[in-house]
This record gives sequence, C-alpha cells and structure tokens, in this order.
Amino acid sequence: MGLPPYATFGQRVWYYTFRVICALIFIFLITPILVVMPLSFNSQDFFTFTPEMLRLDPAGYSLKHYEDFFTNAEWQRSLKNSLIIAPIATIISVSLGTLAAIGLSQSHVPFKGTIMAILISPMIVPLIISATGMFFFYSSLGNWMESNLGLDKNFVGYIKVILAHAVLGIPFVIITVTATLVGFDRSLTRAAANMGANPVTTFFRVQMPLILPGVISGGLFAFITSFDEVVVVLFVGSAGQKTLPWQMFTGLREQISPTILAVATLLVIISIALLTVVELLRRRSEKLRGMSPG
Amino acid sequence: MADTAANGPVLAADGSPLKRSLGRALRRQKLRALALVAPLLIFVLITFIFPIASMLFRSVQNDIVSNTLPYTVQALANWDASTGDLPPEQVFEAMYFDMFLAAEAKRHTRLGTRLNYEQTGVSSLFRQSGRKLDDLGKDIEKPMNRLNAAWKDGETWYSIFDAGTDSADTQLLQVQRNRVAALTDGPASGDVNFAPSAAMAQALPTATRAYTAWAVYTATQDGKDPATTDPWEALPVALVHDLKTADLSGLNGPAVDLLTELQAANIEMPTFAGFFADMDEDWATATPWQTIQTHSGIYTSGYFLNAVDAQKTPEGIAWQPEDKQILLTLFVRTLIMSLAITGSCILLGYPIAWLLANLPMRQANVLLILVLLPFWTSLLVRTSAWKVMLQQQGVINDVLVWIGLVDDAERLIMINNQFGTIVAMTHILLPFMILPMYSVMQTIPPSYLRAAKSLGATNWTAFWRVYFPQSVPGIGAGSILVFILAIGYYITPEIVGGTKGVFISNRIAYHISSSLNWGLAAALGSILLAAVLILYWAYDRIVGIDNVKLG
Repeated sequence: MGLPPYATFGQRVWYYTFRVICALIFIFLITPILVVMPLSFNSQDFFTFTPEMLRLDPAGYSLKHYEDFFTNAEWQRSLKNSLIIAPIATIISVSLGTLAAIGLSQSHVPFKGTIMAILISPMIVPLIISATGMFFFYSSLGNWMESNLGLDKNFVGYIKVILAHAVLGIPFVIITVTATLVGFDRSLTRAAANMGANPVTTFFRVQMPLILPGVISGGLFAFITSFDEVVVVLFVGSAGQKTLPWQMFTGLREQISPTILAVATLLVIISIALLTVVELLRRRSEKLRGMSPG
Repeated sequence: MADTAANGPVLAADGSPLKRSLGRALRRQKLRALALVAPLLIFVLITFIFPIASMLFRSVQNDIVSNTLPYTVQALANWDASTGDLPPEQVFEAMYFDMFLAAEAKRHTRLGTRLNYEQTGVSSLFRQSGRKLDDLGKDIEKPMNRLNAAWKDGETWYSIFDAGTDSADTQLLQVQRNRVAALTDGPASGDVNFAPSAAMAQALPTATRAYTAWAVYTATQDGKDPATTDPWEALPVALVHDLKTADLSGLNGPAVDLLTELQAANIEMPTFAGFFADMDEDWATATPWQTIQTHSGIYTSGYFLNAVDAQKTPEGIAWQPEDKQILLTLFVRTLIMSLAITGSCILLGYPIAWLLANLPMRQANVLLILVLLPFWTSLLVRTSAWKVMLQQQGVINDVLVWIGLVDDAERLIMINNQFGTIVAMTHILLPFMILPMYSVMQTIPPSYLRAAKSLGATNWTAFWRVYFPQSVPGIGAGSILVFILAIGYYITPEIVGGTKGVFISNRIAYHISSSLNWGLAAALGSILLAAVLILYWAYDRIVGIDNVKLG
C-alpha cells in the first residue's frame, strides 16, 4: 500500500503522519523492554542512566548485578524453585491436556461445550480469584497431607504449587493442541489401523509426530505461565517455594535492587528464545498439515 | 441381498442388525472420548472448580456464631431487639457458659473478630471479657471449699454427675460432643470415660450440661481423664445457680448429702446480667446482643452487603458509616480505570492492527514480532521496566529534564497513582487488543475500500462507512478480552498503583493476607467473578471461545 503517484498533498501529509503515529506506538511497545537491558549493566545502584553510561564510558558499565544474581543465595534459591516447579507443572498439564484434547476432537463427544468451558475456565477466571479459592483449598489439603500422610512440610509446599500451576497451564495446552488437531487427517489413523497397528502404536507413530508442534507450543505456553506466575504462588506457596517472579515482586515492592534488572534482561532473552521456537513450530505445523489433504 | 432387504433389518458382518451394531460402535466411541477426557476433567474439577465453588460458599457461610455460642443464639431467638431493652437473664446465663467454653478453647477471640466486622468494638469486648470470666467462679469456689473441702476434689464432681450404673443421658453426651466438635473444628470422638446421669440432668440441668461439655472437652481435646481432673471455674457457678431452684428430693446416692448441704448454705451470687455489666459496661447495652442476634444465622448476606458498603443492622439493611465506605468507590474505580485502559488500547491498537493488515506479508511479519515480544515477555519484567521509567528519578523524567521541558525541581509524578497504572497496564494489555483486531482486519478485502473510493467516496467516508464497520468485531473481541483481563489485575496496580491506583483485586489480596476477613474477600471475589463470567459469556456469543488464538 505505497503512496500512489496521484496522491494529493493532504493525502501525503496524512500518509506520513500515520506512519509516524505507528512508529511512536511501536516505540511505546518496545522501549520499556529495551530500556532495562542497558540499565542492567549499570555500575551504580541507580535505576537510571548515569552520566558515565551516556558518555559510553566503560567505567559506567559493569556486570556486578549479574554477579549478584548468580552468587546471591536467595536469588539462586528462587531460580532453582522456578526450575523445579515450572517443568513438573508443564509435564502434568501437557500429558493430561494432550489426552483430553485428543478425546475432545473425536466426532461424538457428549457435553462437549460444558467440558470445554470447564477446561478453559482457569484462563478466564481472574488470577486473584483462582488464587483466593486455591488458598483455602490448598491450605486444608496441605494440612491433611502433612498430618495423614506424614509428608514433609516443604515437600507438600512444592506439591501444592505444582498442582496449582498445572491447572493454570491446562487451557493453553487444550487450545493449542485442539487447534492442531482440527487439521488432522483422520484417515491416517484409520490407515495405520488397517495395516495392523494397535491404537497405542498408531498414537505414538502416526498421530503424535504430526501434532507434536502443537503439543510443544502448548507446553511452552504452560511453561511460561508457570514460570511467570506470581499471584497464585504468593497465596498457595510458603517461603520455601519462593519462585523467581515472587522474588522479583518482593524486590519491586520492598527493597528495590538493580539485580532485578539483570534478572529482567535474562528473562527477556529467554522470552525471545521461546518466541522464536513457537514461531518456528507454528510454521512447521502449518507445513506438516499442508502436506495432508484435508 | 434383495431377499434380506425385503424380509428384515439390514445385518452387519457379524449377523446382528446393522442399526444396533452402529449404535454400539457409536456408544463405544463416546465412551472412549470420555475416557480420554476424564483424567483431566477430574483433575480440573477437584483442583480448580471445587476450590472456587467453596470460596463462593465461604462468602455466605456464617456458622461460627452458632458454633461458638449455641445456647446463647437459642436463647436470643425470642428476644425482641427492636425495643432496645436488655435481653432476659437466661440469655446472660447461656452466654456465660458458652463464652466460658469458647474461652477455654480459645475460640472467643475468633468470634469477636468476626463480629467486629459488623460492629466495631466487639472484638476487644470479647477479648477482655474472656479474661474476666474466671472471676465469678473464683468468688463462688471460696465459700464452697470452706463449706466442704470435698469440692476441691475433681473426683467429688465426677461422682455427682457420672451415671455409673444408673441410667445415663446419652443424648446429652452426644449433643455436647457435637458442640465441642463444632467449636474446635475437629472431631470430638473417642472415649470420654463419662456418661451424664439422667437423674442429675433432670434435677440440675445447667450444671450437668456444663459438666458434660467440660468432660468431653477435657477428654477429647486435652487428653485427660475427667474422673481425676479438677473442673473449670464455670462448674461451681453452674451448680450454685442450679441449686437456687433445684428440687433434690428425688435424688439418691452418695453425693446427695453434699448437695443438700450446699443448697442449705445458699451461697450468694450476682445475677449473670449483673456480672456481665460488671465485666464491661458495654454488656449492659443492647448493642452487642443485637449484633449477635442479627448475625446468628448459619448463612449470611452480611459479607455481600459489606462488599457493597452496606451492613445488616437490627433495623434491616443500612449503609456503612461514611468513613468505612470505600469498596463501592473501589469497584467504580476498577470499572472506570479498566474502561480507560480498554479505550487507550483501542486507540493505540487500531492503527497498528491496520498497518499490519495492510502491509505486505513479509514486512507485517517483522513488525508483528515487535507486538509479540512484549506479549511473551514476563509480566514482572514489563512492570519493573515501567517502574524504572516512570519514577521521579526515572528515565522519562530524566529525558524531560534533559530536553528542558520540565524543571529539575518539578519532576513529574507519574508513578504510584492512576496515571502510572493506566500507562503500564495499557502497555501490558495492548498485544491482547492488537492480535484479535489484526486477525479480523486480515479478512477484510482491500478491494472494498478501492470500490468505495472509485464510487466517489473520500478517504474518510470510505474508511468510516466501509472499512470501520467491518473491523468492529475485532474491536469488540479485543475490548472484551482486555477488559476482562484488566478488571482482575493484581500485580501491576500493586507495584505502580500506590494507594490511588489500586483495583478491587488488591483489596481482595489485602483481606486474604492482612486483615484476614476471608468472608469479605470471598464476597468481593464472587462479585468480581460474576462480572467476569457475564463478560465472558458475551465474548463467547460475539466471538466464540473456539476462536481464541494464541501467538
């Protein structure tokens, strides 16, 4: 939609004004993310650009906030907690979610609408409400597990947070996997069965490779949901389960330290990586589905 | 073949009628689908739907009053609060024994806190009175022990009230077990090694009931044997009170002489009403009693009324006092700010979506990354970025000072207020507006716009009359999505909102973790949830949940 050669002066002015407006909005979208990166290399404990930084003086930059992140026991513990909780929660939501999505994509499912609404609900209900409900539920569940099963308090804490995060990730798995299954050619499974494969073999050798991109991107969504989640873990977990976002949240609210910016930069890099993976998977999935007629 | 078709139903390969065989296959297919869905469905039902439902239930649950003060609630039922008179003596009497048991179980302060939500001052009244309840018993114990040293001994009391070989009042025992269980939120089962004597229950009802409750509590909660434990101070009170009117003539057994002697001594004791007035003069006013009576139901609408700045009073529903009215303001603020955020998302999102939809695919994909990157970036990263940018010593202020637009002494206050919340949340939610708009605009053929123009429309008319109406579904979808997300937001307002920029969700969190008024938190949450579900229903009608796309 280039500017036609016959455009009037007013049209030219509007054309360029519009471009400028759009550029400003893009700047609004991207600046906050870009600003934290250079600031995280600040050699001072300030949240703004020091004169040295603006002069591009090497003395104005340092890696000390990164060093703090990698040596501070509290940050390391929260990183470890995040890396324990998010993958396990993801595995639960992906395995249960994929099975359910396959079930839901069958042609005759009774109460499909209701079931779908229930499974999607963790995404709809505001987090603060989920957190409130889970707070009551998991504190009694935790007490019960501690007194009746004799489990360790810390261990029970992890179970609670992992279960809570698994539920939050489920809608994303359901949505992405169901979307992949929409284009799935059923005659392939029938052909496999026809050639003597049992349902399990058919699933793992025929269906799974084809829907794998959808499953993985659903898993990534579930992972990022758990990895990013603060509200529920704040209510359900105890200090032993402090995750990275929780640590950032307390940091932002109470003693604000520039280490947060270093963590933020690392997280931005992680999200760029995840975004790339999801985008590649989406293209691959479209290509795979394009191969099968239907 | 023709033969079969003419003579009977079509048969499947195994010889059964085709219809039945097909029906069976269909049933099996349905079952298989359900079996695949079942594990997840059960998981979500138990760990998500059930907790939410029980939270909703908590917003109307109010059994704490009748669990803690069962006999007082009963006695108060017949009292007419509207006269402003004090309740009758038997209410004070029931209150004394209820409160005594509750104070021993350390549950009276919990009830005080609950009632304090409705009537300020009740909490301290309960807490202080709980400490003074013993005084009455101590005043009566002294003359009793002087009269006969046997009263000091727990075994004497046990021999009076235990049925032994006589007939026992098992019903009374069961009722007291339930009472203790309800009071302590735990089971009160197990061996008590005590059964109240039916004859005593007849002659000395209050004392037997108090002793049974004590015995159940002592055996099940403290794990002691009532036969050898000295009873609480409430029991002399109950016994002396009963003996004022009791008829001992029908009794027999070893303890009757003791009781007769005690009755003859006629130990002096104040009325319960007088004792309560002595403990705290507030008890001599109708207010605490009205509060207890008004909120004695097992279910209450009180929390919901509190949630909209109203309260239940003996005269009916009334507004809260002016200084406590904050929640309606907060609801209205949440709505207005969410609308403002949605509005600014539309304003900023529409041009971007239009640009993306009308650029060649390759360029659009590159620009789309600029939209998706914030979408994928951690919420806390974006929130902390805004905190860094908006602070008084932050990046934006620095730039403004450097350009010279703002004087160094008058840096703009952009954080810890509504402006900060709106800016940060607009940024955070903008991708949720752009993506649905973009997907709708992609489907609008550009030829329509060209056709309009070739028919003589100006650029503006062509856009407003042809393009815009077709993009409205995208605006609708994006707006509802952004609005739903905005009204439930917690983290961002908490960090950049200060006191003026917080939402109703921050209040819910406050009641959960700081004020511990869980009933009110649940009521606020229920109202918020209802609003979101209505909006979601609208979203489903307009867009359809199946059209939700990610990334």
